[in-house]
Amino acid sequence: MKDTAQHTKGKVSGIIANLVIVQVDGPVAQNEICFIRHSDTPLMAEVIKVLGDKAYVQVFESTRGLQPGMEVDFAGHMLEATLGPGILSKNYDGLMHDLNTMTGVFLKRGEYTAAFDTEKKWGFTPLAQAGEKVTAGSWLGEVRENSIPHKIMVPFKLEGQYTLQSLAGPGEYPVTETIAILTDSRGQEIPVSMMQQWPVKRAVKAYQGKPRPFKLLETGVRTIDTLNPIVEGGTGFIPGPFGSGKTVMQQAISKQAEADIVVVAACGERANEVVDLFTEFPELDDPWTGRKLMERTTIIANTSNMPVAAREASVYTAMAIAEYYRSMGLKVLLLADSTSRWAQALREMSNRMEELPGPDAFPMDLPAIISNFYSRAGIVYLNNGQTGSITFIGTVSPAGGNLKEPVTESTKKVARCFYALSQQRADSKRYPAIDPIESYSKYLEYPELQKTLNEKIAPNWINLVEQLKNILLRGKEAAEQINILGDDGVSIDTHLVFWKAEAVDEIILQQDAFDPVDARTPIRRQKYMADKILEVTGTNLSFDSYEEVNPYFKRVIATLKQMNYSEFESEGFRQYEEELRQILEERKTG
Amino acid sequence: METRAFQRIYTKIEEITKATCTIRASGVGYEELAMVAGRAAQVVKIIDDRVTLQVFAGTEGIATNAEVVFMGKAPSLKVGEALAGRFFNAYGEPIDGGPKAEGEEREIGGPSVNPVRREQPSELITTGIAGIDLNNTLVTGQKIPFFADPDQPFNQVMAMVAMRAKADKIILGGIGLTNDDYLYFKNVFENAGALHRIVSFVNTTEDPPVERLLVPDMALTAAEYFAVEKNEKVLVLLTDMTLYADALSIVSNRMDQIPSKDSMPGSLYSDLAKLYEKAVQFESGGSITIIAVTTLSGGDITHAIPDNTGYITEGQLFLRRDTEIGKVIVDPFRSLSRLKQLVIGKKTRADHPQVMNAAVRLYADAANARTKLENGFDLTDYDERALEFARAYSERLLAIDVNIDTEKMLEIGWELFARYFSQAEVGMKQELMDKYWKAD
Repeated sequence: MKDTAQHTKGKVSGIIANLVIVQVDGPVAQNEICFIRHSDTPLMAEVIKVLGDKAYVQVFESTRGLQPGMEVDFAGHMLEATLGPGILSKNYDGLMHDLNTMTGVFLKRGEYTAAFDTEKKWGFTPLAQAGEKVTAGSWLGEVRENSIPHKIMVPFKLEGQYTLQSLAGPGEYPVTETIAILTDSRGQEIPVSMMQQWPVKRAVKAYQGKPRPFKLLETGVRTIDTLNPIVEGGTGFIPGPFGSGKTVMQQAISKQAEADIVVVAACGERANEVVDLFTEFPELDDPWTGRKLMERTTIIANTSNMPVAAREASVYTAMAIAEYYRSMGLKVLLLADSTSRWAQALREMSNRMEELPGPDAFPMDLPAIISNFYSRAGIVYLNNGQTGSITFIGTVSPAGGNLKEPVTESTKKVARCFYALSQQRADSKRYPAIDPIESYSKYLEYPELQKTLNEKIAPNWINLVEQLKNILLRGKEAAEQINILGDDGVSIDTHLVFWKAEAVDEIILQQDAFDPVDARTPIRRQKYMADKILEVTGTNLSFDSYEEVNPYFKRVIATLKQMNYSEFESEGFRQYEEELRQILEERKTG
Repeated sequence: METRAFQRIYTKIEEITKATCTIRASGVGYEELAMVAGRAAQVVKIIDDRVTLQVFAGTEGIATNAEVVFMGKAPSLKVGEALAGRFFNAYGEPIDGGPKAEGEEREIGGPSVNPVRREQPSELITTGIAGIDLNNTLVTGQKIPFFADPDQPFNQVMAMVAMRAKADKIILGGIGLTNDDYLYFKNVFENAGALHRIVSFVNTTEDPPVERLLVPDMALTAAEYFAVEKNEKVLVLLTDMTLYADALSIVSNRMDQIPSKDSMPGSLYSDLAKLYEKAVQFESGGSITIIAVTTLSGGDITHAIPDNTGYITEGQLFLRRDTEIGKVIVDPFRSLSRLKQLVIGKKTRADHPQVMNAAVRLYADAANARTKLENGFDLTDYDERALEFARAYSERLLAIDVNIDTEKMLEIGWELFARYFSQAEVGMKQELMDKYWKAD
């Protein structure tokens, strides 16, 4: 980035929707931020193309009323996130302006609120000592942000090695106050406060290595944890046609996942869904700490009616916040709903700039942009040896529900977990509608994860999961046979294979996200139910005719379901378990 | 739209296409309204002093020396209580022979509501139709379309919903409405004696298609006035949004934009979302609820228009003729109200969610049984009972002409469960079955 005190100025010369052409009088950089002066209101915009002395900028606001000749001030930096204590529990727009401190019911153009309170004092505890060698991301001290140990770090922008010349002692400081002085190799002093800026489109690289993920990230959703687990630092995506339950799925994960920090990017989706989060998160308990969910959560809301250009920025803002907390050695879960809207924002812009289009009119570099973004997730070894992770799960809204479209295909190449939502399952109200056979978790093949799963859950866990998957697969084949040949055209065994798979489907896969007990199943309970279901499917049962199979299994499933609805190991739970034993006894052989 | 004094008049048009014309002018703002030979137009592109105007009524007969006057503002509507009971065209001019609307002037297509200032919708809208109230409950502040084939009676159903819903104001946005349907709505409103709480903005098939782009914004600007200033519950009806999207594609085509899927502009999602997201529940109690119609071609919901709509709206309703009973029903399989979770079992009786799910599941079993029958397989006793249940369920609950309250719907549900099934087959939470099961 150019580094001049004198910033470039310009004048508006053309306007096409939110693309504005600016005639400039000096140097400009790609992705540089500028402000268009509309009357007294500065409207924020980003340079996306430069041709001669014309800068093409995308405006993060409505361009209604803009006129040629209006003045433009260039800021000399790219789009930046402001990082520091106070980010948690906040609701931001796509550019990290605090939505709660804005005035009025309607959004006002050019109302740019601060990311957090700069006057609030934080109780600071030093973690480093004067004289230490430090680099970007080194921990200097700690404050408590909603009970989370928030590390105050050497700003990410500082390259190379520094010496910590002095550090503030324990005490209360506002984020703007200098708490440390660093000196570089030439002895120049650099003051550091608790707040820093970072260009959101750049990845934070203040760590020493990125190993392959190896630890389960529990979500409490059975079809994920048991069958296709996501891991700390893993990537996953949920494509699905509308109405298949993407958002309910993401919300369940955001509420239940075993994470220290949750960053939700509501990217071009329905405002009422964000309102759900605003309303529920301050009320709901974090199942892991018992504190309120909102205390660990930050929401970036660029709903579908908010300016399109800010939609693209919103996912990067969310990622920058996630990287900031990862550098503190925390487990961060980042959710983006939906990445397709972000891709569409890119398409709208590319279209206005009259670029030659790629497939479905998306820009040619879409796959590169997507893979670059996903690659910012991961578990890392920080320079001090601690680990931190960003687990990223994005939803994709494929046009027409067709998975052979550019966004889904590009995402499939980079995300390691694939949770395919099936319209058919959704139509028959089998929620969550994740197709157990189409979906996969590549992590299950990682020996390092297999090892930790077997240690954490049960010695033969991977084997049990394979058995469950096998039952589902064989059940699907049996269902096809029954459909083609008719109930009486297949053997009783085929009916049994079908119904055993139904039992796995109803009891393991299906889960009532709105039932207080069933919504979240801790891993120990998942293990218990997996064993239970394998006990049922492993029991030899005898029937005289196929007509007896259906009513019998309906009873088995109904009883197992009551177990799912009961508190784990409660009296009711045991009672249904006993009932199940008796039902099995009725037809047990050998 | 009269011109102001001392306005500069331009008379040299440099380019004319079917929908746009370009002139050289200065001091013009983006999206500003202009009059071209007396026809309304809007600025859609400015490059230096070359200003491109989209002429809503089309450019037929416009000469290169036609007068062009800029109005210094974006298209707007005068809002006030006086709007009630009136019929307007796409520009907000009266078409009912009455006087011009008076009131405060508001630009249409105004800013969005700050999401943190929204309330979570929590008030249900009852319609007496079980396919909606029982299976797909609507909530104030929701946006939901009917996905319908052109031959289905969507306008009639929508009018029925509007009349039964307890809204303070109903705003009709008629987008390419046939004259017959326009008269039908007018008639229904008048006969119900409800005219005083209805405002209509109508563009009929006789009017130029590009004018349609203004109708939803006009309707929603009026809706915002009543919801924000008067704290009223406003119901907005938009029919037919497919024609709105078609008008968008005409304009983008004339502006040489690269089309994306199904010849629709790449910005279709954002364009539609900007309208639908005006649906809102305010803290003050006012609300805007949008019920729209999206007509399908050949029932194809993967087409870009219904597809993008489905991603924006909070569910969708499908109509279907049930051949068993020969009546129109709201399809229980494909229809969905996403906001129902906020009210069912909370504002309605606790057993509502499970009764709803169980009935739909059993209805699905009946559909499977019917497939079996059609393929020539024998039916089991369970299949037979499921089919009988499905028939009774359609007739007594789903048929669109049934008009009962939700509690009655639940009672009928339990009655049908007990008549055709055992408790294990219905498979609900035991405590609910203990409480409500109707033993014969």
